[in-house]
Amino acid sequence: MTWEWDVIWQYFPRLLEGAWLTMELVLVSGLIGITIAIPLSLMRASKLPWVRVFPFIYIYFFRGTPLLVQIFLVYYGASQFDAVRYSIFWPILKQPYWCAIIAFSLNTAAYSAELFRSAIQAIPTGEIEAAEAMGMSKSVQVTRIIIPRAFGIALPAYGNEVILMLKGSALASTITLLDLTGMARTIIARTYTPLEMFLAAGMVYLAISAVIIALFRFMEYRFNRYQYYHHTDMPKNLDPLLRDPHIDQK
Amino acid sequence: MDLQGFGHLLISGTWVTIQLALASLVVGLVFGLSGAAAKLSKNRFARWLATGYTTLVRGLPELLLVLTIYFGGSQLLMWIASSFGYDDYIEIGPFVAGVAALSIAFGAYATEVFRMAMMEIPDGQWESGLACGMSTRRTFFRIILPQVWRLAIPGLGNLFQVLLKDTALVSVVGLNDIMRQSQVAISATKEPFTFFMVAACIYLLLTAATTGFTMFMERLANPAARESRR
Repeated sequence: MTWEWDVIWQYFPRLLEGAWLTMELVLVSGLIGITIAIPLSLMRASKLPWVRVFPFIYIYFFRGTPLLVQIFLVYYGASQFDAVRYSIFWPILKQPYWCAIIAFSLNTAAYSAELFRSAIQAIPTGEIEAAEAMGMSKSVQVTRIIIPRAFGIALPAYGNEVILMLKGSALASTITLLDLTGMARTIIARTYTPLEMFLAAGMVYLAISAVIIALFRFMEYRFNRYQYYHHTDMPKNLDPLLRDPHIDQK
Repeated sequence: MDLQGFGHLLISGTWVTIQLALASLVVGLVFGLSGAAAKLSKNRFARWLATGYTTLVRGLPELLLVLTIYFGGSQLLMWIASSFGYDDYIEIGPFVAGVAALSIAFGAYATEVFRMAMMEIPDGQWESGLACGMSTRRTFFRIILPQVWRLAIPGLGNLFQVLLKDTALVSVVGLNDIMRQSQVAISATKEPFTFFMVAACIYLLLTAATTGFTMFMERLANPAARESRR
C-alpha cells in the first residue's frame, strides 16, 4: 500500500470548501430548527391533551425514522405530487441545498423540542410561582422566565445535539451536495485514494466538532453564570454608603 | 396503499436490516465492554487507547465510517495481510463493512454507558465478593456484571435505536436493506413518496418494537424491582 500525502495537500483547499458548506448547513438548519422547536416544546409541555397530540406525533415520527429516509422523502418524495411540482414552492424544493436544509431543520427540531421539554419541566416550580406572584401574565412568564431558564438548563444537551447534527450533515452528500463528505467522495472518484481522503475529511470533522464543543463550553459559562459565581467581599475602605448591608456585614 | 407487488422486496429488505442491526449489536457490545474495561484499567496505555477510540469515533460521521471501511477497508486489510505473507485479493462486502462501521460507532458510545454503569457499583460489592472467597474474575462475572447490565440497559436501548436508524446508511454502499429495496421499487413505479413513507413506517415499527424489548429486558434484569411491585 502506498500512502500519498501529496494528494491530501493538493486537494485540501477543496475539502475546506466542502467543510464550509457543512458548517453552513449545520448553522442554518440549527437556527431554523430552534425556531420550530420552541413552540413545539411549549405545546408538548402543555397540560391540555389535545395540544400535546400534534407535537407528540411529530417528534415520534422524526425521532423514530432514519435521517436518510427523511432527506429522501423531501428530495425525491416531493416530486411525486403534481400539486407540489406546479406550486410556487417548486423552485425551492427542486434544489438539493434547500431540501437538505428542510430535512435537517425538521429533524433537529424534533430532537431539540424533546430536550427543551425536559428542560422546561426541570425548571423549579418555585420560580414559576414567583413569576406568578409578581403578577406576570402567561406570555411574559414564557418570554422572561421559562425560555431563558430552559435554554440554560438545556444548553449542555443541546451542544450534543449540534454535534449529532454535524455528523448527520454528512448525509447531504447522498443528494449530490458537495459538503465535506461529498467533496471527499468526488476527489476519491478522481484520484482513487479513499483512505487518505476520508482520513483528511475525518480530521476536518474532528476539528469542527472541537470548535463546537469549545463554543458551547463558553456559552454555558455565560448563560449559567450563577453556577460559577463566587462571592468576593467588598474592600474594607469602601464608602459606607456603597456597602450592601445584606451581602457583607464585616 | 398500493405497493404494486413490491411488498415482498420490502420485507426481504427488512430482514436484512434486522440481521445487520443484530450483528452490529453483538460485535458493538464486545467493543463497548472492552472499551470500558480499558478505560477503567490501571494500565495507562490501555486508558489512553480507549480514550482515543471514543473521542475519535464520536466526532466522526457514521456515513464517513461506512464509506471509509467499504472503500478503504480492503486496501488496509490487504496491506496488513501482506505483511504476514498473504498476497491474495481481499474484498469487503457491504454487509461486513456495515457491521464493522456500525459496531465501531456503537462501541464508542457503549463504552461510556458501561463505564458509567461500572462506576455506579459500590466498592463494597467487590470487597464482599472477595471476602466470600471468590477470585477477582468470578466476582466480576457473578456479582458485578449482572448489576452493570441492569444499570446499562436503558442507555444501551437508546444506543440500539440509534444503531437501527444508522443501518439505513449502509444502503449507500449497496446493501439490499429497506432503503435500497424501496429505491429499487421506486425506479420501477416512479412513486418515491409512497415507498419512502412505507420504509419510514417500517423503521417506526422496528424502533417501537425495540422500545418494548428494552422495557422487557429492564424488567428481566431487575428481579428486585419486579418482585417488590407485587
